[in-house]
Amino acid sequence: MAESVCIVAEYRDGAFRKVSYEIASEGRRIADTLGLKLYGIAIGSGVSDKVQELAKYGVEKVLVADDPAFEHYIAETYVPAVAEMLQQCDPAVVLLPASMNGKDLSARLAARLETGLAQDSTEISVEDGKIKAKRPLFGGKCLGWYEWADGALVMISCRPNVMSMLEPDESKQAEVVKVDVSVPEARSKVVSVDMDTSGKIELTEADIIVSGGRGMKGPENFAMLEELAGLLGAAVGASRAAVDAGWRPHSDQVGQTGKVVTPNLYIAVGISGAIQHLAGMGSSKYIVAVNKDPDAPIFSKADYGVVEDLFKFIPVFTEEVRRLKSSE
Amino acid sequence: MNIVVLLKQTPDTESVIRIAGDGRSIETQDIKWIINPYDEFAVEAALRLKEQHGGTVTIVSWGPQRVVESIRTALAMGADKGMLIDDEALEESDSLGIAKVLAAAVQELNPDIVLCGHRAVDYDHNQRGPMVAELLGWPHLPLAVSLECDGTTVKIERPVEGGKMVVESSLPAVVTMGGSHAVWNPRYASLPGIMKARKKPLDVKKLADLGLNPEECGSGAAKIRLVSLEMPPERKPGRIINGDLDTEGKAKELVRALREEAKVI
Ligand SMILES: Cc1cc2nc3c(=O)[nH]c(=O)nc-3n(C[C@H](O)[C@H](O)[C@H](O)COP(=O)(O)OP(=O)(O)OC[C@H]3O[C@@H](n4cnc5c(N)ncnc54)[C@H](O)[C@@H]3O)c2cc1C
Ligand SMILES: Cc1cc2nc3c(=O)[nH]c(=O)nc-3n(C[C@H](O)[C@H](O)[C@H](O)COP(=O)(O)OP(=O)(O)OC[C@H]3O[C@@H](n4cnc5c(N)ncnc54)[C@H](O)[C@@H]3O)c2cc1C
Repeated sequence: MAESVCIVAEYRDGAFRKVSYEIASEGRRIADTLGLKLYGIAIGSGVSDKVQELAKYGVEKVLVADDPAFEHYIAETYVPAVAEMLQQCDPAVVLLPASMNGKDLSARLAARLETGLAQDSTEISVEDGKIKAKRPLFGGKCLGWYEWADGALVMISCRPNVMSMLEPDESKQAEVVKVDVSVPEARSKVVSVDMDTSGKIELTEADIIVSGGRGMKGPENFAMLEELAGLLGAAVGASRAAVDAGWRPHSDQVGQTGKVVTPNLYIAVGISGAIQHLAGMGSSKYIVAVNKDPDAPIFSKADYGVVEDLFKFIPVFTEEVRRLKSSE
Repeated sequence: MNIVVLLKQTPDTESVIRIAGDGRSIETQDIKWIINPYDEFAVEAALRLKEQHGGTVTIVSWGPQRVVESIRTALAMGADKGMLIDDEALEESDSLGIAKVLAAAVQELNPDIVLCGHRAVDYDHNQRGPMVAELLGWPHLPLAVSLECDGTTVKIERPVEGGKMVVESSLPAVVTMGGSHAVWNPRYASLPGIMKARKKPLDVKKLADLGLNPEECGSGAAKIRLVSLEMPPERKPGRIINGDLDTEGKAKELVRALREEAKVI
């Protein structure tokens, strides 16, 4: 009988990514159902100072590998270190973030530990002590439930912004175990890092997204969406048409060959709603569509539709939002 | 340079997906099959490397006979040869099982670099590339949006939430492709390319040809299994903000709805 449910937290640039708290919360629920302990793995340079943050979400013990060698994620160094720490946790279930690095780490780790991985899962269920994980397939056109063979370590990476977070309990403290993991010689290395310091919100972690498509007519008009996004604390996304036209960077593309996002609110402006775009944003909690064509397919997915010329509507809507925000 | 591309055939992204009678696979009769878009980017990147350094580009794929068409498409784009691994024993394999097969194929081909998509747009597992690298004991660089290679090292740019970074590795290495059509702009097969592709070598292999047996990579070895499929819940029907209102009226009503009904702003 295994001892724990174990989460692998993601630490970068001085903080845990929010998804780390989401998987801790989910891990807590599973551990309680299975009657297991909840352990955490924290790896990074300088991560020691932050480990108690995980305790607030129910992690009882944290294994820490704090080494300058772990400043940046490199699979060759992270995978053996995390594998070594996992061995000390005797886990039945391992939860990881399905962030860019998290998905990469999860995959390679699953091969090292010879087990199966349910990548980018959106729901986990426990029935009679058996775990099942649900994940979107075919760009969200259907959902698949996965199960593990008897005795196999259950590895699940969880889509950011999906698992609900527990209320942080400031009084909780976790036991901290510093682990001296060996850092293997790596053939791969980070040459340079270029982080956006403008305070731009990451699409996959955003609560609100304002996205523009071909209807925006040109790169200069995205200033309008930036302004609205600024008021809402939102990130700005784009359709492939806007990216292909060179109006927006590819990292803004939402869809089947772009980012998959799950915000509370997705505002699609001048986007027709092609199936590949819907694949990226169709599971947003609320969808607003602004389009001048009443027959645009996006309206069939929208909770609120506005049939208007966006160049007329967005400035007026932005003013209304400004009025609301300034009255708070 | 000896370059290998791991290529998967996937349903066209336009396809309507229907769940088959067994409740755990999809109806395939009406599906149009394409090269996984990210693997198309890998073919493009491989061809650019070949143009720069010379050498050969080999396409490796596991799948049924229909995959031949996708391999031929990649050959028509300019790749040199193909290897299809088609073995019934792999039908219920898991990602790791298939990764073992792909790793064995890579070992046989002994390339300088392996390029593959970071994910396939059907089952979306996001795993094969890193798994193959782990099994080979090679480094891998994920999510490439650019690729430079001088024959002994490979350097890529990759995104990370909130920024980007440049990573490099000595060869041999695996690179998984990120980015989008705008980044890679994969070439189309030309008519002469299509003619030539018919004569290019395409090996079809069984597990035994790669020195593997079903116990290590077939259904019996699978640690994870897809047990059922379901359709996503229908979204609640939405509403169009009253068309009789003027622009300002609609804007006010939308703000009200988002604040009071949806409670999201
Ligand atoms: C393999 C593959 C992968 C793909 N991956 C993606 C992906 O990841 N993401 C993605 O988005 N697409 C993807 N696509 C492309 C997709 O099929 C569509 O072509 C694309 O999403 C269309 O973008 P759009 O809605 O901005 O443009 P359009 O379809 O041209 O729609 C523009 C909309 O703007 C409206 N409009 C125009 N002017 C105004 C105005 N003044 N006011 C209000 N409304 C206006 C129009 O009515 C129209 O509905 C992919 C396609 C393929 C084949
Ligand atoms: C009943 C059932 C039926 C299934 N039928 C099929 C089927 O008909 N076809 C099918 O492919 N899967 C099928 N699967 C799923 C299969 O078992 C794997 O889970 C799936 O192929 C994993 O692919 P992925 O797209 O998720 O890989 P990812 O890990 O997302 O792929 C990443 C990259 O790895 C490489 N790669 C992935 N797969 C291959 C491959 N086959 N050959 C070469 N390179 C590859 C590509 O470069 C790809 O971009 C079926 C599963 C079940 C349960």
